Amino acid sequence: MPVVRLRGPLKRLAGDRSEHAIDGGSVGELLVAIERAHPAAQGWILDERGVLRRHINVFVNGERGDQDTPVAAEDRIDVLPAISGGCAP
Amino acid sequence: MTELLVGTKKGLFVLEGAPGSRFEVADRAFAGDPVEYALHDSRSGRVLASVTSPFYGPKIWYSDGDAWEQAGGLALPGNGGAALERIWVLVPGEEDGTLYAGGDPGVLFESRDGGATFELNQGLWRHPSRAHWQPGAGGLCLHSIATWPGEPDRLAVAISAAGVWLTDDGGQTWRAGNEGIVARYLPEEPSPTEQVALCVHRLRRTPVRPERLFMQFHGGVYRSDDAGQTWNDIAAGLPSDFGFPLAVDPTDPDSAYVIPLNADVDRVTPDGRMRVYETRDAGASWTPRGDGLPSHDAYLTVLREAFGEVGEGASLELYFGTTSGAVFGSGDAGATWFEVASNLPPVHSIAATR
Repeated sequence: MPVVRLRGPLKRLAGDRSEHAIDGGSVGELLVAIERAHPAAQGWILDERGVLRRHINVFVNGERGDQDTPVAAEDRIDVLPAISGGCAP
Repeated sequence: MTELLVGTKKGLFVLEGAPGSRFEVADRAFAGDPVEYALHDSRSGRVLASVTSPFYGPKIWYSDGDAWEQAGGLALPGNGGAALERIWVLVPGEEDGTLYAGGDPGVLFESRDGGATFELNQGLWRHPSRAHWQPGAGGLCLHSIATWPGEPDRLAVAISAAGVWLTDDGGQTWRAGNEGIVARYLPEEPSPTEQVALCVHRLRRTPVRPERLFMQFHGGVYRSDDAGQTWNDIAAGLPSDFGFPLAVDPTDPDSAYVIPLNADVDRVTPDGRMRVYETRDAGASWTPRGDGLPSHDAYLTVLREAFGEVGEGASLELYFGTTSGAVFGSGDAGATWFEVASNLPPVHSIAATR
């Protein structure tokens, strides 16, 4: 199964666990599954439309991806706050 | 002792002190995140804060003294094509446990459990004119919620730039309350759909005469004496009719305070002087109040929620914060002023309790 890796508040909201092995065929499916499995994280990665928040980046095996990026069983998906999201000084 | 909840671009600051001298920073929360508004609900003792994480989206948090908990229910219908962008303001309702939250895109939420969970007001969300609502520079923000003392079903809300909306049935149905407002940025005879494109900056109701409201408009200061249905311009005597914040003395229905800025293209205090303007005759005349405020080389900006009051009459306390991180206060209804704090991050909002 692909593994989603979370850090910071997302890790805390997802049961205080960094690595989550989840079934799914795309990044979007994995993120929906993460939020469904951990209701405290609902709305933190995806907004209410199911759209990835603008300043959250996802990487599949180290390469930048998006919600439509397909994933395979051995893939590792990192979900990270983007440098662009830092609040201006 | 007076407590100020100061929402800033870099977190929530709790300031404590007494009028006349600088306040201490008693606490700070949500370091680094923009705090739009924070409220100490005197009915429950609960503190609520609206925080817009640039990464994780807008949330409301509440605390009963220890940890902060995330409030639930703050989402728009998933099939509506829009996402919640920001919660601008939190206002206690007339019934125990009732709280309102106003936000972008022009939405109102209601809580019946003191702010632990919220529910979207469907009447405003589904209003037929919504398709024609246009955002102002700060977004499509519902920033003012005026409750009616003793009548929980009557509300007035204001949206930039979609005008004033009134309900008498607890928010099931809404009607526009914009008659008499003149927008200089619209044609003289706007089409019916453009008639709601009104950039209200702030709305306040006078509690002892609730049919009276004051409004700071995007070019205009207005008063309504019929619960927000019609409006009369009361800006004569001000150095500018542009500005954002508005305060009232809750015991004097003829009172209002505004902080004029030069114009929409130059949003700083006129003439390099920081002055608050007070009326005690419902806008027939305005008196500048600047004793103790910066009087030269002061080009400051005060945002719409960054002006709060507590108390009444001659001991009315007024506090406002600037985008340059200063907070000023008055303990004598604006007659004299003192510096409450300086060197804070840009101030978004102030709510005072004592």
